[in-house]
Amino acid sequence: MTRLYLSCDSCALSVGADELAQALTAQLGEQIDLQRTSTRGMFWLEPLLEVETPQGRVGYGPLTTEDLPSLLAADLLNGGDHPLCIGLVEQHPYLARQQRLTFASLGHNRPLVMEDYAAQGGWSGLQRALTLSAQQIVDEVKESGLRGRGGAAFPTGIKWQTVLDAQAPYHRGFDEAVKFIVCNADEGDSGTFSDRLVMEDNPFQLIEGMLIAALATGATRGYIYLRAEYPHAHRVLQQAITLAEQQGYLGEAILGSHHRFHLQVRLAAGAYICGEETALLESLEGKRGMVRAKPPLPALEGLFGQPTVVNNVISLASVPLILNKGGAYYRDFGQGRSRGTMPLQLAGNIRQGGLVEVAFGVTLREILYDFGGGSASGRPIKAVQIGGPLGAYIPPAHFDTPLDYEALAAIGGMVGHGGIVVFDDQADLGQMAAFAMEFCALESCGKCTPCRIGSTRAQEVLARIRQGEDAEDNLALLTDLCDTMEQASLCALGGMAPYPVKSIVKYFGEELHSVSQTPSAGGQH
Amino acid sequence: MAAHIPLAPVESSTEARIRTLASDLKQQPGALLPILHAVQDTFGYVPECTAAVLATELALSRAEVHGVISFYHHFRTRPAGAHVLHICRAEACQSMGSAALERDIKQLLNIDYHQTTADGSVTLEPVYCLGNCACSPNIRLDDAIHGRMTLARTERLLQQLKEGQA
Repeated sequence: MTRLYLSCDSCALSVGADELAQALTAQLGEQIDLQRTSTRGMFWLEPLLEVETPQGRVGYGPLTTEDLPSLLAADLLNGGDHPLCIGLVEQHPYLARQQRLTFASLGHNRPLVMEDYAAQGGWSGLQRALTLSAQQIVDEVKESGLRGRGGAAFPTGIKWQTVLDAQAPYHRGFDEAVKFIVCNADEGDSGTFSDRLVMEDNPFQLIEGMLIAALATGATRGYIYLRAEYPHAHRVLQQAITLAEQQGYLGEAILGSHHRFHLQVRLAAGAYICGEETALLESLEGKRGMVRAKPPLPALEGLFGQPTVVNNVISLASVPLILNKGGAYYRDFGQGRSRGTMPLQLAGNIRQGGLVEVAFGVTLREILYDFGGGSASGRPIKAVQIGGPLGAYIPPAHFDTPLDYEALAAIGGMVGHGGIVVFDDQADLGQMAAFAMEFCALESCGKCTPCRIGSTRAQEVLARIRQGEDAEDNLALLTDLCDTMEQASLCALGGMAPYPVKSIVKYFGEELHSVSQTPSAGGQH
Repeated sequence: MAAHIPLAPVESSTEARIRTLASDLKQQPGALLPILHAVQDTFGYVPECTAAVLATELALSRAEVHGVISFYHHFRTRPAGAHVLHICRAEACQSMGSAALERDIKQLLNIDYHQTTADGSVTLEPVYCLGNCACSPNIRLDDAIHGRMTLARTERLLQQLKEGQA
């Protein structure tokens, strides 16, 4: 019997992995043991079928069911050669050049099989944490230099310290002096999918990270606030939590200790602003997702007024390794004040899109060409947008910038959640500037004036510029409006929506003045 | 002779069902969103009487409940078609020609966003990112995401739906 591996991640499913699995089982039946694993994160190759051979796993992709006859004729079950064969998967340069710490298990585990998680070193971080004091756990995370991977890049250890030191008042609804761990899984930035990968492909890693955060701060309850656009992740997380409860990892007396932690998933309802931590807390409380003024910090008065850790999925998923191998191990990756690794997500018009986890410091050019292989269309890359819909559009002149928090900030960009969206020379960036403000207007919570009204006014001004109406005066007005939004908005949505617009004015100014004939932003390929 | 027992006030079945859904969830703090999800999952939309029923159940004002329902894009206040088709409009999909796909699908179905086809089979909605940005452009048909979409593949999927119903 030959063992085959095929991902059950929603990316693989979206391009036909289930149909392929059915066809393989129908045709090969007893000859194969088909395991549905996590993805490798090489998405241009999905569905990627791997065959176990004495030399290692041999990969084939991207496959459709129509490729099966020729694959079988080429001796697929013994790793035979075929035009879609990529050779030994582990030696593929895309993987071999990465430093996968947080995503080390990708491709090696079945997401909901607890034995697979343990076999990949899972729960070792938790077990060590159970032997440490809360302060020792916090110190380990501080040592690692981990900064919030959701976009704000705030040092995780310092946030945890604040919650550890906070005195929780008694809360009637929970009948205890409760502290919370809230996982921000409202991954709404276009071009990002690393949170989804953790939740769908290795959900126990997130659960372990949240448990460690709970031990570090004295929290007894946790919520995963998950975006409604991720139905597959929702199903996987629900099952993972049930399994973890059955095995004594969640609930009362965790692994026989005196610690307890209750975890549940809360489904969001399609509002980008709820990725902002205070809007997220309002939403968890059952209200409109309106941004709160800070202070008070959520660490002190967060969910239901109680001390609360709000961390992104990747931040929490980085913690098991930090506890397992020590903060210093993690810190020794990266450069400057950007420590450890960053899971970059290569998306849009790129030939080899997928997950690229590397230590901070690699240049944009290496990511785009060495990993990405250039644009999907084969045309020149004109710009990349980094860090989601509020990130700047970076021109090729800056492609030698190293990716770290400070270096990107120096050219007006940001790492954000690590999404990199690529545009070729057919993209209409004037349209993308207009879209940035359209999106801000659509998603503004409406609490503060600069964001609520500014975004709509900016759309109008941009339309006038694009129509060539008093272009110079309107450009001055736009700049003024962007400054106002940037400086006077309550949160990052209004405060950063000007970033993409200003970068397009700065680097691609001439494109603002031409309304394209098609509504398309890019060529249809 | 049996005593005359007064009948309970007549309540529409919709209201009763919403009350039942709420009673299962309302003990947990911050229950409104989970309850609204349950209501929409049950009816396919959030019926008009929901705000009044939940206001009573959760001791909130009707305005508060209405405010929550109207804030979130996910909640619809009118029934959808048999299937909901979301087209991703976010940047990564745009970089791979989603605007043209969007135009073609609208033409194919002869509807705009937030509308339902004349035969009631498909409701069209925009969505901003499905988390599959390395396989753009993407659509979501009910709970399944489909990557590397073309008009031809969309037509095939819709055809399969029709045949499945027959």
